[in-house]
Amino acid sequence: MSIALQVTDLAKTFPVGKKLFGGAKGAVKAVHPITLSVETGETLGIVGESGCGKSTLARMLVGLLPATTGQIEIEGEALNTADPAAFGKRIQYVFQDPISSLNPRKTIRQIMNAPLKLLHKMDGPAREKRILEIFESVNLRADFLDRYPHEFSGGQAQRIGIARALAAQARILILDEPVSALDVSVQAQVLNLLADLKREFGLTYLFISHDLAVVEAVSDRIAVLYFGSVVEEGRAEDIFANPRHPYTKLLADSAPVVGRPISDPEDAHAELPNPLDPPQGCAFAKRCPHASDICRKTTPRLEQIGADQRVACYHPL
Amino acid sequence: MGGYILKRLLLAIPVIFGITVIVFLIMAMIPGDPATAILGSYATPDNVAKLNRDLGLDKPLVARYFIWLGNMLHGDFGTSFSLNRPVIDEVLERFNNTLILAGTSFVLCTVLGIIAGSVSAARQYGFADKAITFVVLLGISIPSFFLGMMMILIFAVDLRWLPVSGMYAIYGGGDLADLIRHLTMPALALAVVATGVVARLSRSAMLEVLRQDFIRTARAKGVKESRVIWGHALRAAMVSIIPVLGIQAGFVLSGAVYIEIVFQWPGIGRMLVDAILQRDILLVQGGVVFVATCYVIFNIIVDVAQSLLDPRIKT
Amino acid sequence: MSAFFKLLARNRLALGGLIVMGLVVALALITPLLPLIDPDVTNTADRYLPPFSPGHLLGTDQLGRDLLSRLLWGTRLSLAVGFAAALFAAVAGAAVGIIAGFYSGRTDNIIMRGVDMLMAFPYILLALAIVAALGPGLVNALIAVSVVNIPFFARNIRGITVGLAHKEFVDAARLSGMSNPRIIVSEILPNVIPVIVIAMSTTIGWMILETAGLSFLGLGSQPPQADLGSMLGEARSALITNPHTSVIPGIMILIIVMSINLLGDGVRDALDPRLKSGALSRPMAATRVDRKDKPAARTQTDGLLSLENLHTQFHVKNRVYKAVSGVSLSVKPGECLGVIGESGSGKSVTALSIMGLVASPPGVITGGAARLEGHDMIGAPYPELRSLRGRRVAYIFQDPLATLHPLYKVGDQLIEAISCHRAISKSDGRAKAIELLKSVRIPNAEQRIDSYPHEMSGGMRQRVGIAMALANDPDVIIADEPTTALDVTVQAQILSLLNDLRRERGLAIIFITHDFGVVAQLCDRVSVMYAGRIVETGPTMAVLNAPAHPYTARLIACVPELGGGKRKLEAIPGLPPSVDDLPTGCAFAPRCLRAQDACKQGEIALDGMGPRAVRCLFPETNVAEETA
Repeated sequence: MSIALQVTDLAKTFPVGKKLFGGAKGAVKAVHPITLSVETGETLGIVGESGCGKSTLARMLVGLLPATTGQIEIEGEALNTADPAAFGKRIQYVFQDPISSLNPRKTIRQIMNAPLKLLHKMDGPAREKRILEIFESVNLRADFLDRYPHEFSGGQAQRIGIARALAAQARILILDEPVSALDVSVQAQVLNLLADLKREFGLTYLFISHDLAVVEAVSDRIAVLYFGSVVEEGRAEDIFANPRHPYTKLLADSAPVVGRPISDPEDAHAELPNPLDPPQGCAFAKRCPHASDICRKTTPRLEQIGADQRVACYHPL
Repeated sequence: MGGYILKRLLLAIPVIFGITVIVFLIMAMIPGDPATAILGSYATPDNVAKLNRDLGLDKPLVARYFIWLGNMLHGDFGTSFSLNRPVIDEVLERFNNTLILAGTSFVLCTVLGIIAGSVSAARQYGFADKAITFVVLLGISIPSFFLGMMMILIFAVDLRWLPVSGMYAIYGGGDLADLIRHLTMPALALAVVATGVVARLSRSAMLEVLRQDFIRTARAKGVKESRVIWGHALRAAMVSIIPVLGIQAGFVLSGAVYIEIVFQWPGIGRMLVDAILQRDILLVQGGVVFVATCYVIFNIIVDVAQSLLDPRIKT
Repeated sequence: MSAFFKLLARNRLALGGLIVMGLVVALALITPLLPLIDPDVTNTADRYLPPFSPGHLLGTDQLGRDLLSRLLWGTRLSLAVGFAAALFAAVAGAAVGIIAGFYSGRTDNIIMRGVDMLMAFPYILLALAIVAALGPGLVNALIAVSVVNIPFFARNIRGITVGLAHKEFVDAARLSGMSNPRIIVSEILPNVIPVIVIAMSTTIGWMILETAGLSFLGLGSQPPQADLGSMLGEARSALITNPHTSVIPGIMILIIVMSINLLGDGVRDALDPRLKSGALSRPMAATRVDRKDKPAARTQTDGLLSLENLHTQFHVKNRVYKAVSGVSLSVKPGECLGVIGESGSGKSVTALSIMGLVASPPGVITGGAARLEGHDMIGAPYPELRSLRGRRVAYIFQDPLATLHPLYKVGDQLIEAISCHRAISKSDGRAKAIELLKSVRIPNAEQRIDSYPHEMSGGMRQRVGIAMALANDPDVIIADEPTTALDVTVQAQILSLLNDLRRERGLAIIFITHDFGVVAQLCDRVSVMYAGRIVETGPTMAVLNAPAHPYTARLIACVPELGGGKRKLEAIPGLPPSVDDLPTGCAFAPRCLRAQDACKQGEIALDGMGPRAVRCLFPETNVAEETA
């Protein structure tokens, strides 16, 4: 297996606030240094709650946001420019809100033409042929091409968004909450389409979501993000069934599941950590029933545990 | 709060500095020789050169600017040649008169505009809404100077209710009642346009707010409709109305120029127009800088009011 | 484009403005061709002739010049100058605004500081200063008016551009390989142009007034040439003796500006997408009720709260959206009823209809009753409805940030919930509010009571929302997707809180959601909605374990459940129908594998035994057998 995407110590810090004179008042570490690798043909799921840095990470991976530190390697080649056009041919992005990712004043044909023309310098007839091929594979009718985005439902618009990403012929797709804006009955259609496309074109996915069940259903491996750091990483079938990090366990226990009685899995009502004033040590320590002194002093590193799991915890479960 | 006010005041310093630069540069663009304008076309070259020296006009532009700025910081705005009087004295006296007129109009347009707009929104598509919308449309379409002239024809000439023009009666006037009689027409004529703008804005701000979820929450709690409109909705709408009040104050001050001319009101607008026609540059410069500075300070007050209303603005 | 003109024509005032404007522009265009007297020829013998004098239809001015001719030539000039000024200001302002808004950062900072500086002047001071520098004259007045208005356009367009630059489609264009200039031209500009047109059409009137004003002051057009402003200015000295010389140009300005303003409003309304859907109308205090058959005001019901055959529609222009068509349900004290469905199924509209909270216009309740202890609330007069709201039936809404008033402290919002139903002293109110916050397990209630909503986390805000619903010890709580906007760990906390509260207080809860997991954990019974109707109802576990309606069965199957591992999901093909165009028969039939011809004809009743019922001719399981 070759490595499709290798991320080394990728981090992002945002300046916040403005002083009356000069620079920023403080800095928010949205993403702490993260090291991840995705193998070719694999789907890596990334889960986390709002504010955990998953979208920031995704935007850095496609060059929409310059990283503060760290490297991105795609198929063994380093990409240290922040130019999205340089990324475009190698890695593409599918957006959360399908409607707002399509320019309301352009036809679908115009939208589909852009990557073919600008990234691949194709001429008119070649583009037309390619667009029809792509539309065929995402189950969209060719007569949609001359319509405007507002004429489509969320599910159709998301297929168009996927078609646009395919047009760039990148072999890695970042899927940023691709189904969370859709109704459940349409969600399944899009998830199945993504699975089919992956097989057909040999794609590699990075699938970001807050929905544990969805991530579990589509991923080979899953990384759990908390407060900008990966706290646990492992195979999809193991990670929620056999969580080693207390936060992963909390997530798994919180998901409403048919047949499980209602219970508040968290007794203490500790507030979430403040990004402007991050706690020392493990960010989860305040909410953690197993926290000890060392947890509150030094941040645990992500370390191998068992065959296929990595966890950042001094007291793994 | 004190920190916020201080911060706003500090931020105003570069703005006021910029205003003086803009005014100075515009005035420096004036073609021809101010000394010739002052002395008339029959002046001897010697006299012109001497006056230029006296006025400091033989120095380079940057030096002239800083001399002018330095003098202003000491309260010396120069001397108006057309009135033969210190600029600052004339400006203060005239600005005081303008303040009476524009201040009255500003209060009128704020109160009337917000009430009219809110009623209009609360009764959307009803008779009151249509009537207010029509009057407002008329108000923002009529030139204030034409409105003023028509008011003179009707209320002063025809009905003889109010004096034609001026600020005080020439004989035996000077008390408050006399001022109010003279003030009524110009203040109303000046307020009409701004009232229209404020009313339109208040209406759309209220309509926007009334659709928000928190209004539905208030109704779901069982809050009385009058309190929903005049409490919850108006308070939230004020967040978008207040900044426009700052801009409207500028419009009222601007409109005052026309109204002062129509009603012979001895304000600063009339002074400026006369000064421009006479090419009395120091008077124009001094007047413009003074009024603009007051306007900047007024806008700081507006910002502070806004931060008192809206806790989301960091103080 | 033709749709735009249709919309414009529908607005009668705008149409009137367009016609008047058209006439004035046409007159101005053909002025040189008309047999008019030269506007600048003086004839002091014929000074101040009144209107309708022979040879001078509108009379003459102080120099005996023909007023009609001067009026038309003046109109021509005023219009030309006004349009030119507006166009120049719009183009320059838009260019500045787009660049500042798109590039943001330092570029934006420098440009907007300059704009702020210009806006720090009351506009006429700047205009006067510019005219003073350039000298009086019409062209100089035009320049002054344009320059003064550039900041307004720049600010407006910058705001729009900043919003657009953060849209996902701009990111998508970047990833398609577009450079910044190309994004501005092909992505930003097409979306900004309508805003520029709106801003221009609503400011041309202003520009004409402003240039006329400068001419009026003698700083614009110079004699003998006259625009409308300078005609008024020259006539002012003879206002009292010969008012017609003032009235005629004044009325012309009024007509022009008013017709432009009417037209401008029409253009704005036609181009503003929010207005197209009729969204900018204000919801009334209670939903409009228009029932053909009035149900009895009072009957015996077994439930505490029951809905009988509720119909709620949205009337938007000529379309009727049947959001809810015939929903009946009921809850008993201490019972929790789940209403589950996808977006557009009518579940939220059902919930909001109960207390008349559906936004109206466009919402209308067209039939049915909502009974609290048998008493119909839909037909109740507003004061009675208001006194029931929050006191007997309380709501918890979805997004706690949007549903709390941003400018009031949470404590004051809680106290208000009490004080609008009974008099309570300030200190008692505060004590009660603290008690309420404690009952929803908010730590540091004594301090939190003085917080504003934006100072709290999403979970804490939703607790405040729940505390507010509990303020008057209501009998029924209607919770409309209360945990959808929350993170999963916070959702678990809120659900457990709601569950405890209902057991402690014997509350009846109607819980609206799209999540089967939540329903399974919290609700005793569940009703499944599709396209405005209940398709299946019954005890929660019975429905989940053995769904009878094919829709319920397939919906449950297509939701992935935690612990299932990687797999192919069951998808439902097709899309839910649009509620303004429902098929006859079963609305699910086009997507249903079991559908037969009979499904597509006539009404299908909600049929069943005991607590279970299903609206299907060919159910997956036989409900009657099962209950028996």
